[in-house]
Formats: sequence, C-alpha cells, structure tokens
Amino acid sequence: MRRDVFQAIADPTRREILNMIAHKSLNVNSVAGNFLVSRTAIYKHMKILSECGLVVIKQQGRERYCEARLKKLSQVSNWVEQYRQVWEARFDSLDEYLKQVTAKRKRPAKRKFKKIKV
Amino acid sequence: METEVANKKNKHVTILSDREVVMSRVFDAPRALIFKMYTDPKHITQFLGPKKYINVVDKMDVRVGGIWRFIQRDDKGKEFAFNGIYKEIDAPKRLAYTFEFEGMPGHILLETLTFEETKGKTTLTANVLFQNIEDRDGMLNSGMESGATESWDRLAELLERVKNN
Repeated sequence: MRRDVFQAIADPTRREILNMIAHKSLNVNSVAGNFLVSRTAIYKHMKILSECGLVVIKQQGRERYCEARLKKLSQVSNWVEQYRQVWEARFDSLDEYLKQVTAKRKRPAKRKFKKIKV
Repeated sequence: METEVANKKNKHVTILSDREVVMSRVFDAPRALIFKMYTDPKHITQFLGPKKYINVVDKMDVRVGGIWRFIQRDDKGKEFAFNGIYKEIDAPKRLAYTFEFEGMPGHILLETLTFEETKGKTTLTANVLFQNIEDRDGMLNSGMESGATESWDRLAELLERVKNN
C-alpha cells in the first residue's frame, strides 16, 4: 500500500483523527474513545497516519500520545494549486477568445474607407 | 459541503476528495457558444493551451467513445501531445473526456465540464478527477462515502494553516 499524504487523507476516519489532534496532541486512548468503531480499527488508522508522516506517536510515561505533523499537508495544497493554475490559464484564454468572437458578432464589418464625394 | 480553498484571486477552487478538484468561472457568453468552442476544432485551437504554442488538432471525434488528440508546438518545433476519449456529450450542458499528457503516459485524468447559464452568463465548472491505476486504492475509500464530506471541510482549514506557516 502507498504511504503518502494522499493515502493518509483518503479515509474520512483518518481525516477526523487529524482534525482532532491538529490543535493539541492527545492520548491515543482518548482519540479512540471518540469513535464508534473498534479501538483496533483506530490504532490501525493511526499506524497508517504515522507511516504517512502526518502523526507522531510519543510515549510519555505509561501513556502514548499522538501529535499531528501537518507540514506534509502542503503537498495537498500544492497538488490543488497545480490544477488551479492550469485551469486559471485555460479560463483566461477562453475568456479572451470569447471576447474576440462576441465583439466580432456584435459589430458588423466596417467599411475600410469612407466614400468621399467629389 | 465541499472543501473550499480560498485564494488571492478570489476564484473558486474546491476539493471534493483526495482525487478530485473543482474549479469554476463565470463567462459573459451563452453556454451554447462556449460548448461549441469546446467541441469545434476550428475554435478549440484558438484558446487551448498557452499562447506561445501553436495548437494542432490531430484527432477530434466528438462522440462518446471518440478519440481526441491535440498537439502543441513551440517556436523551436518542440511538440507536446495530449489525448483522450470523450466520455459524455450532452450539449450544451455537459462534456466529459479523459485527458492524458503523452509525456507522462498512464496518468489519466477525467475532466468533466458543466455549463450553467443564467441571464446570458455561463458558469463553467471544471471537475478534474485524478484516476491513475496506482492511486485507485486511495480513490475507492476517498470522500465519496456518505458523511465523509464534512471532514473535508475541516481539512481545508488545516490546509490554510499550513499555507500561512
């Protein structure tokens, strides 16, 4: 299985976990306690998140805490940005062409020279 | 309930899932005209791709299952080719086709354009679905599931934070 940031955020439960720990790191058990699915399932998601580099699990005494590492999410913004730029350029160029075409339609061909009466 | 990523130009970008991005813009023209531009080789060469390239339509068989292939040529004669298959043609409302850059074969996108007209103005929405085979696993359990879209909303906030850091 791939282990990258896209794989990490592909699953709604994993996104939820990230949202939960984005502002402060939480005890692994209390994260799991927030979900209806089994603890095993949540641990599995956390393992994937940490393999993808978005979560670090730290042992503190007898407790394990998970901490978010959100920097990697910028890969997602970059990905979005890439397509945004492509489409901005396409839209700009379509807009320009539309203006040319509609301008021609509205204005009937002008005579190049005025007739001058002699 | 999609994720909106604000950007400086204040234009619309939406993340629908980890494989799908949506962008839209309003154009001051009826949709029939814009649709025609996308489906007529005479028009499409005039606005497709960056200005420094000459666009050539190699194939453009506008019917479902039909193949298109465009070539962009720069002033040194270097060529970039793109191809795809028309998947959906519903004039003047919807047009869907696959998109593949021949320089990066196998990375196939599905682009769906929808044209909505109000009072002579058209909102053109481009939905880009990334669908290469290695990423299919990710696609299957992406935001398509019910109730999954809400968490995309909050992901947008996280993305903004990352950007501002």
